[in-house]
Amino acid sequence: MADPTVTSHHGIAPRSEPGATVQLTIDGVGVTAPAGQFLIAAAEDAGVFVPRFCYHPRMKPVGMCRMCLVEVSGPRGATLQPACYVPVAEGMEVVTTSEKVRKAQDGVLEFLLVNHPLDCPVCDKGGECPLQDQTLAYGPGESRFVEEKRHWAKPISLSELVLLDRERCIQCGRCVRFAAEIAGEAQIDFLSRGDAVEVNVFEDHAFSSYFSGNTVQICPVGALTAAPYRFTARPWDLDQVESTCTTCAFGCRVAVQSSANRVTRLLGIDTDPVNQSWLCDKGRFAYEAVNSGDRLTEPLLRRSRDGDLEPATWAEALAEVARRLSAVRDAQGPDAIGVIGGARLSNEDAYAWTKLAKGVLGTDNVDAQLGDGLPAELVLGLPRATVDEACRASCVVTLSGDLREELPVLFLRLRGAADAGQTRLVELCHRSGPLSALTAASVVVRPGELAGAVEALVAGPGAAPATLDAGALGAARAALSAAGEGGEGVVVVLGRPSLAEHETVVANAALALAAALPGARFLPALRRGNVMGALEMGMAPGLLPGRVRLEDGGEALAAAWGAVPAARGRDTAGMLRALAAGEMRALVLVGADVLGDFPDRRLAADALGAAELVVAVDTFLSSSSAHADVVLPAAGPHERSGSTTNVESRVTRLGQKLVAPGQSWPDWMVASELAARLGGDLGATSVGELWDEAERLAPSLAGCTRAVLDSDAGRDGVVVPLRRAGVGLPSLRPSRRIDPIATPGIEAVERQGAPPRAGLAERVGGDEAPGAPAGRTAAPPPASVGLPTGFAGPEVAPASPGSLRLVTARRLYDDGALVEASESLTALAGPAVALLHPDELRRAGVAEGGRLRLRSGRGELLVDAVADPGVPPGVVQVPFNLDGGDGSGASALVDAGAAVTDVTVEAP
Amino acid sequence: MSPHLSEETRARAVELLGLYPHPRSALIPICHLAQEQDGWLTPEAMAEIAELVGLSPAEVLGTASFYDMLHTEPVGRYLVSVCTNIACMLRGAYELLGHAEEHLGVRSGGTTADGVFTLEEAECLADCGRAPVCQVNHRFFGDLTESSFDSLVDDLRSGRLDDVVPPHGTLVRVRRRGGLRVDDETVAVERARTAKAMAERAAQSGGAS
Repeated sequence: MADPTVTSHHGIAPRSEPGATVQLTIDGVGVTAPAGQFLIAAAEDAGVFVPRFCYHPRMKPVGMCRMCLVEVSGPRGATLQPACYVPVAEGMEVVTTSEKVRKAQDGVLEFLLVNHPLDCPVCDKGGECPLQDQTLAYGPGESRFVEEKRHWAKPISLSELVLLDRERCIQCGRCVRFAAEIAGEAQIDFLSRGDAVEVNVFEDHAFSSYFSGNTVQICPVGALTAAPYRFTARPWDLDQVESTCTTCAFGCRVAVQSSANRVTRLLGIDTDPVNQSWLCDKGRFAYEAVNSGDRLTEPLLRRSRDGDLEPATWAEALAEVARRLSAVRDAQGPDAIGVIGGARLSNEDAYAWTKLAKGVLGTDNVDAQLGDGLPAELVLGLPRATVDEACRASCVVTLSGDLREELPVLFLRLRGAADAGQTRLVELCHRSGPLSALTAASVVVRPGELAGAVEALVAGPGAAPATLDAGALGAARAALSAAGEGGEGVVVVLGRPSLAEHETVVANAALALAAALPGARFLPALRRGNVMGALEMGMAPGLLPGRVRLEDGGEALAAAWGAVPAARGRDTAGMLRALAAGEMRALVLVGADVLGDFPDRRLAADALGAAELVVAVDTFLSSSSAHADVVLPAAGPHERSGSTTNVESRVTRLGQKLVAPGQSWPDWMVASELAARLGGDLGATSVGELWDEAERLAPSLAGCTRAVLDSDAGRDGVVVPLRRAGVGLPSLRPSRRIDPIATPGIEAVERQGAPPRAGLAERVGGDEAPGAPAGRTAAPPPASVGLPTGFAGPEVAPASPGSLRLVTARRLYDDGALVEASESLTALAGPAVALLHPDELRRAGVAEGGRLRLRSGRGELLVDAVADPGVPPGVVQVPFNLDGGDGSGASALVDAGAAVTDVTVEAP
Repeated sequence: MSPHLSEETRARAVELLGLYPHPRSALIPICHLAQEQDGWLTPEAMAEIAELVGLSPAEVLGTASFYDMLHTEPVGRYLVSVCTNIACMLRGAYELLGHAEEHLGVRSGGTTADGVFTLEEAECLADCGRAPVCQVNHRFFGDLTESSFDSLVDDLRSGRLDDVVPPHGTLVRVRRRGGLRVDDETVAVERARTAKAMAERAAQSGGAS
C-alpha cells in the first residue's frame, strides 16, 4: 500500500506507482480509482456529485469552503472530511448522503449566506450560480442570521475588464489561486481578516493580467463580473454553440453565447489537449469587434481613380473585380496578380481561395503570412509536436517572441508544465520574459547572433559568441543533453523572436537545430488566427493543399482543378516589392492589413500606392482596405461554420452563432462567386462540400472527414495528418466532462437547450465510429513537404558603430483592427515605448521617460524612452503595431530586405 | 527608482532572508523591520519587500493587513495599545480606554492631530500581573490609573521617556542574531526575587490561617 507523503501545503498526496489503483466504496458502491486521486474526483467519476465551491479540477485543492465534507470511515470511526483534499485510499468507505453530511452541508451554506446579499434578481450570476443552485439542493430553507450584513462600495474595478462586488464574495479563493497558481501573477490577494476579508489589488495597481477574465468564469458567485458582460443578459436567455477562438493560432475551445444576434460572452471549455478551460482576455473579450457598429456591411467601390469608396451592390462589385482582374491577367499574365492574407479564413474558406487563386486565376503569388511568420516549407516540413507532447517533453526550447504576448494560452500550458516540473525550459530570446523565472536556462541572444547561439547550443563547449552568457549557455546545454541522445525528447517552440530580423535568419537557425537534434520535434508558434489552416490549404507560394509542393503534386491536382500555376510564386515581401516596382499590377487582400501588419510599412505603402488594382475582402475598413478600389464585406468569427486548424494542426469545428451583418458573405462564397465570373467553377456549394473536396485532395487531411470531426471523438478536434486513416483519434468516449461548478455558465445555458455542438447544421450520418470512409482504402501516409537545406536570405552585416540593433515584437493588445474595434480592450493598448539599456540611454543623452528619435535606413520614429537593464547593450526594443505617439510605429523603421535593422538613437 | 528602505534596513533584511529555507518565510520579520524605519508599512516599502522575498506586492499587503501589529496606514510616533482582555478588563481597562480617548481626543484606532499618538485597543499583552496595562511602541506600562496614564502621556510628549521608548515600535526580536541569551547573573537575581516573593506569600497565608 502506498504510504502517504506530504508533497506540499496543498494537501497530502500518496506517493504511488503510476497506474496503481485502489478499491473503495462510495455510498455503498465499490469503486476503483487511480491512487492519488482526490475523493471528489473519484466520486464524480463514479457518478456521485459532491457539492463544492473552492475546488476546481484544474487547480490544486485547498479545502477552504468546507462544502464538500463527506463521511469517511477510518480507524477513528466515521469522520467528516473534505472530499477535495483527501486522496482515495484502499478500503475507504465514503458516504456522501448521510444525515451527518447533510447537516454539515446545511451548516456550511448557512454560514456562507450570513454575509452574502440576497440580491440574486439583480446579480449577473443569477440563474447560473453555484451558490444559488447548491443552496437550493443542499442548503437550509432559511437563515437564522437577523443581523446587518456587511456592506462594501460596489462594484470596484480591479481592472478595465474585471469588476468586484465584495459583499457577494464567499472567500473560496478561486480567483486568488488562479492568479498565483495558473497565471503566475499574484496581482490579487485576500486582504485583512475575519469579516473584513476582501479580495483586492495592491494600492493603485490594476489586475492587469492577460488572463483576468478567467477569474470571472470560475467565480462561483456573482462577486467577479466582466465589464463587457455585466448587466447585458440573463443566462436563460442565452443560446450557445461550441466553437474555436481564432484570435490567435492556439485554437482555444469556447462556448459562444449570444442573444438577439449579438455575442454576449465567450466561455472557455475544458478541452484537455488545448486550453483546459482557460482563455486569454483578448480572446474572451474581442467579440466586441464582431458586434461592432464599424463592421463593413456592404460592398464598397471606388468608381473613379480619385473618388471615394461608395456603396455598391454585390453584383456590381464582383463584376468590377472580375473585369479588372481579367484585364490584368490578359495583359500581364496571371503572375501580375497576388493574393495576400488567409489567416482570418476558416479552412474551407482558405481552400476556396487557394483554388480560386491557383486553380482559376492561375497565380502562385499567394501568401497567408504577412512577412511576420516563417517560411511555409519550414513550418510544414519540420517534424511536428503537439501541445501535450511539448508539455511532457523533457526539454522545451523556446525560440520565439514572448509567448504571453503572442500565444497566451500556450504560455499558460508551458508555464504550468514547467512549474509542475514536467518539463525543463530553455529560452532563446532577445530579452528575458515571464517564463524566464521557470526556465532551466534563459539565453539572451542579440539580433543577428542567432545562428551563432544555436551553434553554440548544440555543438558542445567551444567557441561561443562572446556576447552570450556562458553560464546560461552551459545550463541550456546541460538541459538539452539531459533530455536524450540526438534531441530525443526535445520540443522546440518555434516562432519569430523579432520582426526586425529576417525570417530566413530564424528559419536557418531552426534548420540547424533540426539537423543537430534529429530526434527533436517542433511546435510552430505562429500567432495569426488560422494561419496553420491556410498553410495546410496551400496559401503559400510553391504549395498546394495538403503540404504538397507545387512541383510534386501539381500534375495530380491539375486533374482535379483543371490547372495549377506553372512555377513558384512570390511571398508577401516579394509581392509587395514586385508591386512597388511595377512588375505586378493587382493585389487581393483577404483579411490582411499590410500597412499595419507587414514589418516594413514603407514597402507596404509603396506597393499599395503603385498597384493598379487593390481588392480587399475584410470585416473592417482597415488602413489598408481604405486604399482598395473594391472592398467586399466578409463574415467574421462566430458568423460562419467550418473548421480551423491550430498550431499543432488540430482541426476543430467552428460554430456559427450569428448571422453576418448586412450583406457580408463568408469568404468562400466570395471566392466561389468570383470564380464563376472569372470563367471558373469552384465546384462546391457549401462549406461541407469544400471540406469533403479538401479531405479528398489534400494528403495531410486524409481520413479527417466531417463524420470524424462531428463525432464525439472529434469534439476536441483531430490532429492531422492522421497517422493512418482512423488511427490516432481519441477513443469514442466523450473526451471531456463539463464540471457544472468549474464552468457554471456553459452548463447552465446548456440546460436550457440543445447541447452546444458545432457543425451540427451540416452533420452527416450519426455518431458513427470514425475511420476510413467507405469505399476508400486507408490513405497513404502524407508526403512531407521536405525540408530545404537552407533558406537564401540577406546576410547579417556587422553593426555600424554607434547604431543599435532593433528588436520589435508583438504585444497582445496592439493597434490591430480587433483590439481597436473592441471597446473594452482599446484602452489597454499602450503607446509604444523604446526599451534600452540604461547605459545606452545615457550615451544618447536622453533622460528616462524622455522622447527619443530612432532613425533607420527606412524611416524614423519618435517614442518615449524607458531604461531597462534587461535589454542588452547595443539593442533597442520597440513593440510592433503600436503608435509611438505621432501616428507611426516600429514598422516605420524595419527594413524587410535586411537580415537585421540597425537604428541610431538621439534626442529629438 | 531609488530604494525606499535604508541601506541598514536592507542589509538586515538580507540577513533575515538567510535564516529561512524559503525567502517568503522572512516576510513578517522584514515587515517589522520596515515598520521600524517608517512607523508603518508604506506602499513603497511593501513593494520593495515583495521584491526581496519574491512575492507580489498584493501578497505582502495581504499578509500585512492580516496582522494587527503590522500597520498599513500611518500611525503616530507613539502607538499606545491599551489591553482590554479579561484581566485588564476586570481591573478597569475599559474605563482607562475611555479616559485615554478623552484625554488624547481621539477614538480608539485614531491618531492625534499632531501625529504624536495613535491609540488602539489591544488583546492580551501578556503582562496580566500588572493589569491594567498598555504598551507604548511595544514597551510595557502597568498598574495604570487615569492619573498615571496622563503623566505617561506628559512624559512621552516632553521626551522624558526617550531613552525607554524607542521611536516607531522597535521589536527586539527582528534584530536578534540567534537564540535569546540571558546572562547567568540576571537569572540568579530573578530566581532569588521570585523565591523571596513566594516565601513572603507563604508566610502571610500561614499567618492568616
